[in-house]
Amino acid sequence: MQKIEKLESLRETYGNELALLGEKNKDIVVLDSDLSSSTKTDVFGKKYPERFFNMGISEQSMVTAAAGLSLSGKTVFASTFAVFLSNTYNVIRQSICYNNVPVNFVVTHAGISLGEDGPTHQILEDVGLMSGLPNMKVIAPVDSIETRSVIDYLSEKKKNPYYVRLTREKFPVLNDDDYVFKEGKSVTMRDGNDITVIAYGIMVSFALKAAEILKDKINVRVINMSSIKPIDREAIIKAARETGKIITAEEHSIYNGLGSRVSEVISEYYPVPLKRIGMPDIFGKSGKGMELFDYFHIGINDMVKIMEEFYKEEFK
Amino acid sequence: MEQYYNNDLKPIAREIRKKIIEMVYTAKSGHPGGSLSITDVLAVLYFKEMHVDPKNPDDPDRDILVMSKGHASPALYAVLAMKGYFPDDLLKGFRSINSDFEGHVHRGIPGVESSTGSLGQGLGVAIGFALSAKLDKNNKRIYAIIGDGEMEEGNIWESMLAASKYHLDNLTAIVDRNGIQLDGFTENIMPLGDISEKARAFGWNTITIDGNDIDQVIGSIEKAKNFRDKPTMIVAKTIKGKGVSYMENNPKYHGAPPKNDDEYQRALKDIEAM
Repeated sequence: MQKIEKLESLRETYGNELALLGEKNKDIVVLDSDLSSSTKTDVFGKKYPERFFNMGISEQSMVTAAAGLSLSGKTVFASTFAVFLSNTYNVIRQSICYNNVPVNFVVTHAGISLGEDGPTHQILEDVGLMSGLPNMKVIAPVDSIETRSVIDYLSEKKKNPYYVRLTREKFPVLNDDDYVFKEGKSVTMRDGNDITVIAYGIMVSFALKAAEILKDKINVRVINMSSIKPIDREAIIKAARETGKIITAEEHSIYNGLGSRVSEVISEYYPVPLKRIGMPDIFGKSGKGMELFDYFHIGINDMVKIMEEFYKEEFK
Repeated sequence: MEQYYNNDLKPIAREIRKKIIEMVYTAKSGHPGGSLSITDVLAVLYFKEMHVDPKNPDDPDRDILVMSKGHASPALYAVLAMKGYFPDDLLKGFRSINSDFEGHVHRGIPGVESSTGSLGQGLGVAIGFALSAKLDKNNKRIYAIIGDGEMEEGNIWESMLAASKYHLDNLTAIVDRNGIQLDGFTENIMPLGDISEKARAFGWNTITIDGNDIDQVIGSIEKAKNFRDKPTMIVAKTIKGKGVSYMENNPKYHGAPPKNDDEYQRALKDIEAM
């Protein structure tokens, strides 16, 4: 039974949840760099102005101040667009990751789904950048419910930094209300034994729709790998063993993202053919967010085609 | 806290300088120039001004120092050893594989508040500490030591805007104005001009001193403590390599130890004669 699709904003969920958590947890402080009305940290900022720091268009200043606040024992959330946080790569490397302070970077507007603002803003390399940093953990929630659960999880005291990747567009709600995010664990959204699609973010929804279209021909397993680092190695090896072929799908470059991580796991433990769906070493472009997936041949119909062909393909 | 008189600080500074030379000579690498220039400031901070207790390094009420110019690690490690955070002996491991004393300032060392080395970041980290102290209504003081060459980094100026916006009068930044960076003199590499004038334009209180004069260092830090509503930047005019004749004002000794035993002995002798 296909449920009626409900769309909800991940960043609005983030802002509202943060404001809610701020009431009980007085240690929470939030920083933004002039995008709070877009990242939705303004909801927190209006409620607790003394614990909200708008650092202006100064991401390096935001990241270093976040480090100092965290070293002082505060529970720190810092937000901006994903693309602008990468301005500060080496600042994150030294002041956050090498110091190993539990700052939570919750970034929005990642990927091509941000749409009209175009390639300058559509970062497709961030998962690779952040995953490459020692101590940093990387999460890309699949829907509003998972976003809420991740933010709740991060509001408890952590020992290391996190990078949470949110988007501009509203995403279909896939999880039930009582869903709880578990770090390092994936969720099998649809069982199947012919082929496995491992994805995060909007690509999970696309994969589920494509699998539904193909249901009479192929039995597709779909895994939500929202915990990209640490990754759920067991689920990947199990999928390799049981379905023999794996497709990764992500709103990101095919380099250094989930495709690469999954490839590392199966290469080391259980080599099977792998197909990576994502952006092939190119920049995005302006257009309506959801139309761009078809434009770049990574939309639902393209996935149907890729899944079917890859399933049939024989490897000697 | 033990009370040190101004006259006691000179021998302490001398001892720090000797340790710096010993460390970089033993390691056959490191940055003596900018360590020697900031030595007097560190002696004053740790032995006169800062409320810190080596027996209780996590005291939430302690004053904070972020050594943004992380290459001055020999100076910071030396003063922390003298203060009693760890035994002197450990300094011998500086920069070696079996030691925690990394080449640049490393938070794993007792008394170190934040890892630094890649320049431009420490002032912003200090601002985070200062914001937190304000939130907690804690009167602790926050210090950041930044190099003058380091001020070529954009992060410094971003952070200066923020410190001014949030009226961080609990923050004192001390600029080690020795006029030299790795490639040569700052005014040839990238002219910084009048740093205090620039800082004032960014909304800071400023004080310019001779940063190798202990009394002036004490006076400026006391003034900064009592200044309200704005952060204070102390532009400490110093001599790079201060105390070692052949290193003074010589860009070559930004990042090079004494070349041989003769230079090593001369350095120790020069310091002894200060």
